[in-house]
Parts: sequence; structure tokens; C-alpha cells
Amino acid sequence: MNLKTRLYGKVYQFQNVTDVLAKASELKSGDTLAGIAAENTLERIAAKAVLSDLTVHDIRENPVVPYEMDAVTRLIDDDLDAEAYKKIEHKTIAEMREWILDGKTTGNDILHASRGMTSEVIAAISKIMGNLDLVYAGNKMHITATCNTTIGEEGVLASRLQPNHPIDDVEGVAATTLEGLSYGIGDAVLGLNPSIDTFDSTLAIWNLLGEIRDKYEIPTQTCVLSHVTTQMEVLKSGKGKADLCFQSIAGSQKACEAFGISTDMLEEANALFRDRGSAKGKNVMYFETGQGSELSSSAHNGSDQQTMECRCYGLARHYEPFLVNTVVGFMGPEYIYDTKQLLRAGLEDVFCGHLHGLPMGCDVCYTNHMPVDQNDSETLLMLLANSGCHYVMGLPQADDIMLMYQSTGFQDIAAVREIFHKKPIKEFEDWMIKWGIWENNRLTEKAGDPTMFF
Amino acid sequence: MKDITEKEVSEVIYADNIAHIEELEKMKKATPARIGIGHTGARYKTEPMLRFLAAQAAAADAVFSEVKEDVVKDLGVFEVRTKCASKYEMLTRPDWGRIFEEDTQEYIKNHCIQNPDVQIYFGDGLCSPSIQANIPDLFPTIKLGLEDKGITVGTPFFVRYCRVNTARTIGPLLNAKVVCVLIGERPGLLTSESMSAYIAYHARPEMSESDYTVVSNISKHGIPPVEAAAHIVDLLDEILKKKKSGVALKTD
Repeated sequence: MNLKTRLYGKVYQFQNVTDVLAKASELKSGDTLAGIAAENTLERIAAKAVLSDLTVHDIRENPVVPYEMDAVTRLIDDDLDAEAYKKIEHKTIAEMREWILDGKTTGNDILHASRGMTSEVIAAISKIMGNLDLVYAGNKMHITATCNTTIGEEGVLASRLQPNHPIDDVEGVAATTLEGLSYGIGDAVLGLNPSIDTFDSTLAIWNLLGEIRDKYEIPTQTCVLSHVTTQMEVLKSGKGKADLCFQSIAGSQKACEAFGISTDMLEEANALFRDRGSAKGKNVMYFETGQGSELSSSAHNGSDQQTMECRCYGLARHYEPFLVNTVVGFMGPEYIYDTKQLLRAGLEDVFCGHLHGLPMGCDVCYTNHMPVDQNDSETLLMLLANSGCHYVMGLPQADDIMLMYQSTGFQDIAAVREIFHKKPIKEFEDWMIKWGIWENNRLTEKAGDPTMFF
Repeated sequence: MKDITEKEVSEVIYADNIAHIEELEKMKKATPARIGIGHTGARYKTEPMLRFLAAQAAAADAVFSEVKEDVVKDLGVFEVRTKCASKYEMLTRPDWGRIFEEDTQEYIKNHCIQNPDVQIYFGDGLCSPSIQANIPDLFPTIKLGLEDKGITVGTPFFVRYCRVNTARTIGPLLNAKVVCVLIGERPGLLTSESMSAYIAYHARPEMSESDYTVVSNISKHGIPPVEAAAHIVDLLDEILKKKKSGVALKTD
């Protein structure tokens, strides 16, 4: 395995695969904080050059966290499709990139091959892709998954309705939910982040969202984003149900432990919600990720944040989720500093999620301590609408009044659907037409009145 | 003169053609979320758009602005800074925002009384305006409350480019039983002058994050400073008596 190269006569030597991956990664403040980023742009390009000549085999055999010490590595490696792996084992990362971009290669070809790729291989391919490569390749892949409805059909841009409230007030949550519905938002899921993680709040919001879904016969899914153990406890109690089970996940066992989860726990939750939840289909998990969470719990094992993020997707695909999204700008400027880093992270996360065969969405967002503003969110939203992104977040004027960050608004999703000829999920679109808020592939005048439902 | 921010967003309905306006009024009372704002085409109407921009700008300014020297002088305290030399370093190097250079530590030691029951100091954190907005009411009320109970309070000071975990250095440095840092919170669009109190019994470098007891959302829009002060005094008293803080205090 060759770990050195020359650029303009100067020799660049790297220590190991982890080092090559980290230094080949596009600049992120988190990797600088971790002390593992390339020292300058030329070193970064040298690392990309070295990486492009490594084979799929080289990278599989050198995971960034050793197999013996990490349950996430074991799960990703054990899940590999041996046949698919055999076909690509000796290909270089450069060859994989060109094959993916090749006009003769279809999305289905790519998704079949990706079953033989570890998360590090997928990260490696993305690291030698420019932003336009990520969009070009991402557009080929359509991944469907079924809960009550089916997400991922070509031409669909779905949305999560996020009706958060500072104290989980049931009337307040209902008010925001109806406002969002009146803009045609919520076809991916009606999903609330609770302000307090308790049995009672999870149950109360499950019941509220379920009642709204049933009363107005909305073809969608419900979810409360409390800890997986809380949701399991409520479901086991028999007092209430939800369609989707949520959990934040991370790319190493140690980082998962910091989230209070294990691979077995997720397995149990998946089985429980398939068995006793209210979903009709078999895809019942909803995962959120975001670059930097491993470093924040000192569980990155010397690896860069984008590679660790990819390992979240490797973990996620084991459970055949209905939704996975990166919360791309939530971790703060220590990890993703500015607009340039945010746009890059959004594009690479969505592409890498897709390449893992996941119905990938994105919470296009920023916190107020980043030098980023709403124009940047709007830009990334437009980019992702053209990158095959499955769904995005809908909040009242993009503002989360509980988590104190800005995402994308109901009107933003409506505008992007109209501009780029994207539709909501079919059954949900029919529901919107029935209520008179959607006509000729755009919102009507009637949209935006939450009192139409009274 | 016109001021579009004069009325709270929650008091204004921008949407047209609402079927049941009284229902929307009720809904808006139930949440501070920006609902009932209407649309033109699939975009925002102009005034709600401008209001969002104003609120976001205020929040960003709160993070990126500096606490003015006059403000520190008016509080009558001395100032030190962490290892960070700028806002940029503070935002990108959390590891530097929690430590001090050697000579700064000496300075703090020489200008503060030693062995207080409670050491309180102020940090800009992620919200500079929170210092001026809250400390003048918050700190004197806490101090009086503690002294009434016979609890000794250390010499207060201001830390620029301050992270919560400065407490891990300050505790042992001044040999304080309890450390309480009053620090600016990451602002949102509802308020851009909130602060939190992070309190730790026997603060030390190897303590755990879960050892902090936190009082958050201190501002005129959340828990008003005087009210927060009373709560903090009670907490400090309890923490001193039980000799523990954070999760351990709750599970008592």
C-alpha cells in the first residue's frame, strides 16, 4: 500500500489510511480542532492523490476504528455483501469515482455495488469528488422506503414538519402543526423534538400527532424525538403508539455510548416498533446524525469528522430506516465554521447517505454563533433539491423556538418544490389537493390558513 | 417613527384570507412560533421577512460583538481573558476558552480573596449583551442573599472569551467550595440577551459535565434576573449543605 506521493517535486508522506482520509478531507474546523487536518491545501491535494490510488481492499482492511474494539466497525464489516465486494475489491478509489460518474452506470448499478463498500470506502470516494460531482452522482440514486407511505420516488421532495415548542405545550404544538400542514409540509413525518425527555411528554405528543393524523386522514408518519429508551418504554406500556422510532446515532461505539445507545438497543427498538408500533410498512426507524458528534465526545479515534459521519450511515443501513438526516449545521462553529464548510458538509453527507442506500434527508441549518445566515440556508436548500435529497425540515419561518437554531421554513420548501418541479409524496399530494391547498404543482391562495381545518 | 419590531411577533397576524381569525389568535397565544405569517406566492411577505432578518442579526451580533470596557468598569470588577485572543478563537477553540495563561492565573489569585464558600464570576460566553442586561440586577441580589445566610462570596471578576469549563480552573485556583459562573447563552430569535448560571461543587479539572447544576434562560424574556437570583441563592445554599451538585443533587 503506497502512502506517499510528490506534487511539484515535493514529497508528501502519510502515516496510515486514517491519516490519508483525514488529510484528504475538505477543510472543516472540527478536523483542525482535532489536530488532524491537512496543514495546507497542497497537502490536502496530495492526500487526495494518494487516496485515489488506494484500493477498496486497502481501505476495508484498515478501518478507522479497529474491528476488535468497535461494535460499529464490526456491524459495518459483517453486513458487507461478499459478492458485491468481490467485484470491486481490487478497484482503486479513482476507478470507483469514475465508474459512479460514468453515463453508462445507473443508480441501481451504484446501489448494488455499494453493498460491498464499507463506510470508509464511501467516505474515500466522496473525498475525491467536487461539489458538482456529488450533485451529479447523487441525482442518479433514488432510494425508497415504506412506513405508512413510501418515500424516495423520483421527483419527490418530502418534508418533516417540526412543530417544536419551548415547553411541549399540546395546544402550541397543534397550532404549529396545522400551520405547517396548511403549506403542504409533513409528508415525511410529523416529528417533534421534546423539550423534556420524559415518558409523559412522549406519550402526550404521540397521542396529539396521532389524533391530528387520524382526524384529518393525513397519509403520513408520526414521531417524537425523545431518547430511544423513552420511546420503547412508552410503546411497551401499551398507552400509546407512534409510526417511527427516533434516535441520534454516532460513528463509533464509544460515541454511541455517549448517546446512551448500543447496536443491540437499536436492534431491539427496530423489532419492537415493527411488531407493536402503528406503521404499516417495515421501515420504522428514523436516525439523525451530524459531523462532529464523535469528536465532541472524544470518540473519533483520530479519524476525521466526515469519515466518522459516514460510519453513522453504515450503522444506520443495518436497520433499514425510513428516514435518515444529517443536522448539518447544528453542532456549531467548532466543527463546521462557515458557509463554505456548511455547503460542502451538506452535499457530502447527503451523497454519502445515498451511496449507503439510505433515504437521506438534510436539516439545512445553522446556529447563531456561526458566521452564516438565512441566505446560506436558502442556497444549500436549492442545491440539495437538485442533489436527490429525499426530504428537508419545515419550521415556522425556519425558526426553532425550542432548540434555538434556524433551519428551513414551510414557505421555503413550497418555493423549492415549485421552482424545481418537485412534488410531495403522492398520497400526501392527493390529500393537499383535497384540501384545496395544491393545484397545478404549486400552492394555492388558500394555503397558509391553519384555521381551514376547523 | 416606525419600528417594525415594536410589537412581539406573537401579537401580529400577517396572513390574509384567514377563515376563522379568532381561532388563529388563540393559536398564536399558544406558541411563540412564527405562525400566521402568510405568504406571497410561495415566499414570505415583506414585513415578516424583515422581522426575521432583524431578529437573526440581533442574535448574531450578540455572539460576535465584544463586551465594552465601560460595561466592565461600571460593574466595578477587573477583567481577564482566557487563552483565546479573539472571538474567532473562542468559537473555534473550545479547548482554549476554558484555560488561562500562567500569568493570568497569578493575576486572578493576587486580586481575589482565597477560600470563599462561593466564587462567582461573569463570562461573555456566546452572548455579550447578556452581561450588561442581567449582571447589574443579578449579581448584587445573589451576593446579598448569600451574605444574609452567612455564606462568604469571593471577589467577582469578568472573563472575556469565556467558556463554562473555566470553572474547572477557577475552583482550585481560589480554593472555592462552590464555583458559579454567570455566562451568556447561545442566542435565539426570541431573545438575544439570555444568560445561564453554571454551578459546581468542588469544581476541578477532572469533574464531569453532569456535575454542573444549571439555571438557564435568565433574561427579561425568560426568568427575570432578580427572580433567578433568589433561585440561585437557594441552590447554592443547598449545594453547600449537601456538598454536591449536578445530577447527584437531583437524585438525592
